[in-house]
Formats: sequence, C-alpha cells, structure tokens
Amino acid sequence: MTKTVNNKAWVFVLPVFVMVAFNAIIPLMTVVNFSVQETFGDNVFFWAGVTWFEQVLRSDRFHAALGRQVAFSAIVLAIEIPLGLAIALAMPRKGIGVSICLVLMALPLLIPWNVVGAMWNILALPDIGLLGKAINALGIEYNYTRQPYAAWFTMVLMDVWHWTSLVVLLCYAGLVSIPDAYYQAAKVDGARAWAVFRYIQLPKLRHVLTIAILLRFMDSFMIYTEAVVLTGGGPGNATTFLSIDLVKTALGQFDLGPAAAMSIVYFLIILFLSWLFYTLMMRNVES
Amino acid sequence: MKRWTALVPTFYIVFLLLPIYWLLNMSFKTTNEILGGFSLYPHEFTFANYMTIFNDPTWYMGYVNSLSYVVINTALSVTVALPAAYAFSRYRFLGDKHLFFWLLSNRMAPPAVFALPFFQLYSAVGLFDTPIAVALAHTLFNIPLAVWILEGFMSGVPKELDETAYVDGHSFWSFFLKIFLPTIAAGIGVACFFCFMFSWVELLLAKTLTAVDAKPIAATMTRTASTSGYELGLLAAAGSLTLIPGAVVIYFVRNYIAKGFALGRV
Repeated sequence: MTKTVNNKAWVFVLPVFVMVAFNAIIPLMTVVNFSVQETFGDNVFFWAGVTWFEQVLRSDRFHAALGRQVAFSAIVLAIEIPLGLAIALAMPRKGIGVSICLVLMALPLLIPWNVVGAMWNILALPDIGLLGKAINALGIEYNYTRQPYAAWFTMVLMDVWHWTSLVVLLCYAGLVSIPDAYYQAAKVDGARAWAVFRYIQLPKLRHVLTIAILLRFMDSFMIYTEAVVLTGGGPGNATTFLSIDLVKTALGQFDLGPAAAMSIVYFLIILFLSWLFYTLMMRNVES
Repeated sequence: MKRWTALVPTFYIVFLLLPIYWLLNMSFKTTNEILGGFSLYPHEFTFANYMTIFNDPTWYMGYVNSLSYVVINTALSVTVALPAAYAFSRYRFLGDKHLFFWLLSNRMAPPAVFALPFFQLYSAVGLFDTPIAVALAHTLFNIPLAVWILEGFMSGVPKELDETAYVDGHSFWSFFLKIFLPTIAAGIGVACFFCFMFSWVELLLAKTLTAVDAKPIAATMTRTASTSGYELGLLAAAGSLTLIPGAVVIYFVRNYIAKGFALGRV
C-alpha cells in the first residue's frame, strides 16, 4: 500500500509514545544509573564507571547462565514452531470441532505463570505426580529435583505444553485466511499436498510465523516465573537461566550495581537478536 | 488420510488436558489425601478447598483485584493503540520505522530487569498498591503488542474505504468510529484477547507493585506455602479458579480466530 507522508500522524501516536515512554525510559534510566555506581547502603552512591560491566562480561557465572538461556530458547523454538504449524495444518476448518479445538487449546495460555509452574512441579513429582509416577513406572529413573537432565526435560515439556498453542492459534488464523482460489488453482495444476504447503501455505503464513517466532523467542528468553516455581534454578545451577540469575543477584545478594549492569547486557542481547530476526524476516518479505 | 489428520489435534488436546485434570483432581482432595499417596481420582471428594476461598475475603478479593487491573489494562492499551496503529498503517511520518521498532523493543524488556525501578517509580507517583499501577505497568508490553496486531489488521483494509468515506462527507472521527472500527472488529477482538492474556498471566510486576489492598490472586497463592506447610488442596483449587476468566474470554473471541487473519504486513 502506498502511504501518504504526513507528520501530523504523530498526534495519533503521541498517547502511545507518552505512556510507553513513562514506563520504559524512567525505569531504564534508573537501571543505567545503578549500573555505573557503587553503594554501601544508606543511599550513598559512588561513581564506579564500567567496573560492573567488565565484571559481568568476564564472569563465568554469567556466561554459563547465558549459555543455558540460549540453549533453552533454541530447543523450545525448534520444537514449538514445527509442532504448532503441524497441528494447525491438521485442525478441522469447519463445524463444531473448530470451536472445541480453539477453546481447549487456548487454555494453557491463560493460566497465570506461577500456577503453570506449580502445576508442573506437582505433576512431575515421582511419588504423587501423574507424570513422575508414569515415567518411573516405565522403568526409567526420573527425579527432576535431583537429575539435571530430568529437570531440563520437565522444563522443556512444560514450555511446550504452555506455549505451542500460541503458535497453533496464529498459524491457524493465517491458514484460514488464505482464499480458496489458491487451493483450486493448485488442484487444477495437480499439485500434491507437499507442493501446496511449500508454495502456497508457507509463503502466506510468513507474517504470522514472524510474529509467532518473535513472541516465542522473546518470551522463552525472558522465562522466569514458571522456571523458578518449577525448579528454582536447580538441581544445583542446572536450570539457572539468565533471568533467574539476575533476580538472585539483585534481590538475593542485593548487589544493585552488578545486577543493573547485567540487566542492561541482558536487554541489549534480546534487542540485538530480535532486531536480527526482524530484519531477516522483513527482507524475505520484501524480496 | 482424513482420519489420520484428526488424530494429531486429538492427541495434542489430550496432552494439554492431562495436567489440567491433575490440578482439578487435587483441588477436590484434602491436602492429607494428596500427600498421603498417589491416586487417579479423589477418594474423599471434598469442596472444602473451594469453600475456604469463597468465604475468605483475602482469597476472593485476589480475583477481584486481578480482574480489575486486567480489564483497565486491556481497555487502556487497545484504546490508545487504535489511533497509533492507524497512523502506522496509513501514513509515513518522521521517525515512523524507528518508533515502531522502539515500541516493539519494550515488549522485549525482561520484567525481571524492571521490577525494582518500577517499584520506585510507582511509589514516587503515589500509585503503589493500586490496580492502576499494575494496569499502567502492564501497558509497557501490551501497548506495543496491541499496536502490532492492530496495524496488521488495518493494513489489510484497502485505502479506498477511507477515501470513499471522505468523498461521502464523513469527517475523520465520524469515519474512524462509525466505519473503520466496525470493519476491523475482528482485529480489536484479537488484540483484546492478547492484552487480557498477557496481563492476566503476568506475576512478577503485579506482585512487585502491590502489597495488601491490590494484591493479585496469583500472589495470594504464594502465601499457602508459609502459613501452615504446603496447603496443596487449597493451592490447586485457587489455581483451578484462575482458569475461568481466560476460558470465558477465549470463548468470546474464538470466532474471530476461526475466521482467520493474515496480519497484512508485520
């Protein structure tokens, strides 16, 4: 669509700009402020320059937490995006089945995150939880409070349970909006199911898939509440993601300076990766 | 082939419902029965957990508090996002692309980063422990999302609609409110759904910005851990009740999703 150049459009954007700026810029400045100062309590602050940034960027603990965070996002995206797309393709398009599928599938999305964590915490317990009991009954030793790989398995399974539906809903909405004419043309050409998917459905889904991938990337990279309630970062530090490590530093040890520096580094990483995804996918759309 | 494809959503739904069944199952058990051993269904079926919640204001007010900030947030986010999304979809203006990405970048700010500064900010402006504080704080991630979704829907509406309306003598606001908004009703429904969802499920900021008067239900639930050991039955009942508002909302917007949207351009 060709757009008119009109700087008065700023009037329409102004309320959004003011509200988001109030919530974004003032707190961000507070964090920046903390990140360059040293405090010994009593609201006395000293200039610390980039000390905290150096400390954070060089610490093994930060690297380890960042590594776990990246691994988690990668695993979760690799499972949820194809799975969500497959389920959306297999869903009914007409009749009562549509409503049933949509309402039931959306349920996990609408549960408060700490409830999700608590549900899975109990569900996966080896003695009184359905999942824990079932896995142990299969003869596999499973205890997520002691085995790091079991904790990771539970964490990933919880996230797949929690968020795949978001991908399903977006992809389904995109699929339904493809005009029938495209399918008829494909039929005339004698295209097989794979060709229909590859040359009609996938290109038409590009926009909703961009949104789905970006949302899933951002939220899995920022996962906090569910993970803390499920494992508390354990066993040991096996599931201590960046967000958990950050809150431990900020509130647990009350190291405001390092925590603030870490926050900024964390935010910049998300910003950079999202920008990368966004530009790559926009370039695809334009070409 | 047809029968085989129906199995995929069926398996998926069963997988989704099992943990929810387990939660409901526990909510009808006494805490002693839950901790006493493994059972697939409640042997001593009880409503006691639910009765406790409905009879104790500190419990049921949690739901009222949560719902009030979620509703304020959804209304606020979508209302201010509408004109902004229109501007992004129809006009080119100074800094539009940067502004759009800046808005989205706030969707990417981890709440863990902002918890402490938010506490200081809202204490300073005297809104601490009110539903308004939480509603405003949640606009940080909901306004960008609402703008993003609505912009997609609006770009799908041909510009000829606007031009015809002006030729017919409509003023801008008359066109916007009477013709344009009904045209993108589905987009508004979907945007409301996502705003409601992300505000309802968020806990970290909601908990940070409230103490007693405006405490959300999700925060009230964390106290079962401290009072008398782990009251699992009560926790499960409270958790089960948090499913209801979301289920109601998705029931109302299901048709908008079923009709489909492609989100014109991102």
